[in-house]
Amino acid sequence: MNLSRTARIVLWGFMGFGLSFIYVPLMLVVINSFNKNKSFNWPPTGFTTMWWTKAASNSGVKDAILLSVLTASLATIIALILGSLAAAAIARYNFFGRDVISLMFVLPIALPGIVTGIALNNVFTNFFGGLTFFTIIIGHATFCVVVVFNNVAARYRRMGATFEEASMDLGANRLTTFRLVTFPMIRNALVAGALLSFGLSFDEIIVTTFTAGAGQTTLPIWIFQNLFRPNQAPIVNVVAAALIVVSIIPIYLSQRLTQERK
Amino acid sequence: MTNTRRYFHSHVKARIAALLSLPIAWLGVLYIGSLAALFITSIWKIDTFTSKVVREFTLSNFIDVLTDKAYFNVTMRTVGVAIAVTIICAVLAIPMAFFIARVAKPKSRPVLIALVITPLWASYLVKIYAWRTMMAPDSGFLNWLISPLGLSSPGFGMVAVIIGLSYLWLPYMVLPIYAGMEKLPDSIIDASADLGAKPGRTFLKVILPITWPAIIAGSLFTFSLSLGDYITVQILGGTFQMLGNVVYQNFALNLPFAAAVALIPVIVMFIYLGSVRKTGALDNL
Repeated sequence: MNLSRTARIVLWGFMGFGLSFIYVPLMLVVINSFNKNKSFNWPPTGFTTMWWTKAASNSGVKDAILLSVLTASLATIIALILGSLAAAAIARYNFFGRDVISLMFVLPIALPGIVTGIALNNVFTNFFGGLTFFTIIIGHATFCVVVVFNNVAARYRRMGATFEEASMDLGANRLTTFRLVTFPMIRNALVAGALLSFGLSFDEIIVTTFTAGAGQTTLPIWIFQNLFRPNQAPIVNVVAAALIVVSIIPIYLSQRLTQERK
Repeated sequence: MTNTRRYFHSHVKARIAALLSLPIAWLGVLYIGSLAALFITSIWKIDTFTSKVVREFTLSNFIDVLTDKAYFNVTMRTVGVAIAVTIICAVLAIPMAFFIARVAKPKSRPVLIALVITPLWASYLVKIYAWRTMMAPDSGFLNWLISPLGLSSPGFGMVAVIIGLSYLWLPYMVLPIYAGMEKLPDSIIDASADLGAKPGRTFLKVILPITWPAIIAGSLFTFSLSLGDYITVQILGGTFQMLGNVVYQNFALNLPFAAAVALIPVIVMFIYLGSVRKTGALDNL
C-alpha cells in the first residue's frame, strides 16, 4: 500500500510504542531480580545474584512449583480426554442440541473466572465434603477442556471427513481408522491444546483461590500471598523473572508445531 | 466383529452418546449445575448470625444491588473501566495490526506477530507484578522516566488498573484484527486509491468497516476479561474497587448477595454479546 511519509512514521511509532509497552515491564522484572536494593528502587544502585540463590533454596517456592506442575498435568489429562471426545462428536455428527452443547463448551472461558470460582466453591463445600487437592483439578479441568475442545474441533473441521470415509471404504473398521488416519491428523492439535491447557492451569489464580483446599498452595497462590510481604519481595521478584524466562519454552514448542504443519 | 463393535457400527445415536456422555456429565451437569445452584442461591436468604444460607425465597439481594447507590456506582465504574480498557487496546492494536499486516515486509510478519503473542505465555500475576514495579508512586520506573518532564506517576488507583488491564489483554485485541486485515484483498485497497481516495480516507472508509467484526471480536475479550477481574484491582488499585472485589468480599459472609452481584457482569456480557451478534463478530473468534 502506498502511504505518505508521515503515515509511515506514525505507524512505526505505534508499533514501537506497542512493543516497548509490552516488553519494558517484563524486562524491568528480570533486571530487578539482580537489584541489590531490597525495595527495588529504580534506578538500581548495584547488582547481585544473591536473590536467585536464596530463591533456589526456598522450600515454599519448590513445593508450590511441584503442586502447580502436578495440578496442571492432571487437569490437562482430563481435558485431553473430555475435549477430544466432545470435539469428535460435535465436528463429526449432526444432532439435536448440537449448538447448545458447543456454546456450553465455551462458557467456562467466556464467563468471568470469579463466577466459575464461587459456583464451584458453593457446590464443593456443600455437596462434595469440602475443598481438597482434587477440587483444584476439577476446577482447572473445567476450563482446560475448552481449549483442547477448540483446538481439536477446529482441526476436525479443517480436515473434513473424506480421509476417514476413504479408509472405511477400503475396509478398515472404526478403531483402525482412528488409529491410522484420524489420530495422526489430530495429533498436533492435541499437543497444541495440551500445551495451552497446561499453561492456563499453571497460571490460574482466580478459580484456584475458590477451589483449593487448606494448605494447597499453587505457585500463583504463593506469589499472591507473598506479594505484599516486604521481606519476601526479592524472592517473589526472582520467581517472576524465572517465569518470564521459562515462558519462552511453550512459545518455542508451539512455533515448532506450526512449522511442522507446513 | 464383537457384539459391541457391531452395535456401535449400526447405531449412530449410540456412538454420539458414547462420545458425549463424559463431557456432558462434566460440563453440563457439574459446571452448568454449579452455575444454576449459584444463581438460585441469589434468591435465598441469609442467616445474619451464622452466615448460613436459608432456603427461603427473597428478592432483597437484587433489590439491594439495584437500589443501593454504592453498588450502582461500582457497576458503572466497572463498566467504565472495561470500556476504557477496550478503547485503549483498540487504539493501540489497530495501527499495530495494520502495520504488521500491511506495511511490514511479509518476511518479518511472523516475527512481529510472535513478539505480540509471546507475553500471553507469561504469567498473569507476573505481568501485573511488573506493573506494580512500574507504577510505584515514588521509586517506580515510570516515575523515574517521566519526572524529568515535570510529571509524576499516578501511583496505584483507577489509572493503574486501566493500564494494567490494557497491558494484559492487548494481544487478544491485536490477534483478531491482524487476522482480519491480513485477509483483506489488495484489489479493494487499490480500487479505492484508483478512485481517488487518499490513504487516510481508504483506511476510514474501506479498511476499518471491513475489519470492524474483527475489532468487535477483540473487544469481546478485552471487555469481558476486564469486567470480572478483581486480582489486578487488588494489586494495582490501591483503594479502588470493582464488581469482582464486591463479589469476593461478600462471598464468605453473604453468598446469596455475592451471587446476585456476580450476575451483573454475566448480564452485561450477555447484553454486549446480543448487541454485537449481528456484526458477525462471533465467527471471528
